Amino acid sequence: MASHSHHNEFEQTGELPKAQTAVIWKTFFILCALTAVEFAFAFLMDPGTFRNSIFIVLTIFKAFYIVGEFMHLKHETKGLIWAVLVPSVLLIWLLVALLVEGTFYGESVFNYFK
Amino acid sequence: MSQTTTFEQPNTGTWDGGNEPLKASYGKLMMWFFLLSDAFTFAAFLTTYGLARHRHKAFEGAHESFTFSTEWWPVPDKVFNAFPFFHGVDWPLAFVALMTMILILSSVTMVLAVEAGHRMDKNDVQKWLLWTILFGSMFLGCQAWEWSHFIAGTEEGRILADGSVVHGANLVVNQYGPPLFADLFFFITGFHGTHVFSGVVLLLMIFINTVNGVYQRRGHYEMVEKVGLYWHFVDLVWVFVFTFFYLV
Repeated sequence: MASHSHHNEFEQTGELPKAQTAVIWKTFFILCALTAVEFAFAFLMDPGTFRNSIFIVLTIFKAFYIVGEFMHLKHETKGLIWAVLVPSVLLIWLLVALLVEGTFYGESVFNYFK
Repeated sequence: MSQTTTFEQPNTGTWDGGNEPLKASYGKLMMWFFLLSDAFTFAAFLTTYGLARHRHKAFEGAHESFTFSTEWWPVPDKVFNAFPFFHGVDWPLAFVALMTMILILSSVTMVLAVEAGHRMDKNDVQKWLLWTILFGSMFLGCQAWEWSHFIAGTEEGRILADGSVVHGANLVVNQYGPPLFADLFFFITGFHGTHVFSGVVLLLMIFINTVNGVYQRRGHYEMVEKVGLYWHFVDLVWVFVFTFFYLV
């Protein structure tokens, strides 16, 4: 919704348009289902890298639905989508890099005298 | 030099600020970029959590035989297994799942408020904002309960080498495991809770403005949309906290 000039027509007629809520509730049920699946995996699978990868993938799916539909980013201009997505992707890359390198460095310092 | 007065005309050219390349208002853009910077804050927290966790041993034994010890990082569903009014019952992660559902629901009611704002439907905006405030406050109440339970601890506690018993948690020592576990719990969920609280305050402000007809007179409900962006971001952060603190 870029323009806010459309409201005058409602004021003249005095009638309010019908609510468009189907997409919103559909998104809600998808988010619930994904959370339920995560919850099930927490109890049905043994902890490990594979289970954690599933959690992370499902979390990213949930993030896409929240940002895309609830925050409306999916329906904004390409420029705004890239302006938000590119720093976010770089941030995730930074997080992974810091974790991998930091863990390696920590191990080598910790085990130096062993 | 002409002496006639010319009134200022709005700029319309491509290169003099006359168009909007991103088709979004200044306020909405700035909210997006603020939220990006906020994402960096929480990413720093999650990085710290990951590194602290990798510095400690993971629990190797069978899930049933898990005991609290500073030797290894605790298994979250053995720590967060309490539920209000069900004292001593082992319901792993049930309360956290409930909190997650409450926050996702509050996001839905927020979108409905924004949608009603687009239709200039004052009554609907009020209704959905009230629901959002209710769910947001419920989440804060749940977090208060979780914190007090985490701080008070269980009856058994953890027995130290000198025979004394630790109950619950503070920033120095806790019954669940290494001191950093409780520290990071307080910092990450505390920071997120502060964000939720700020969100509820903002929601109350725009609710009062809506009731007073401020946005109806202004001709648009963009302020509801901007606070909505903030609110969804808080929900988004919780999705990540839920995964990395409670599930992984």
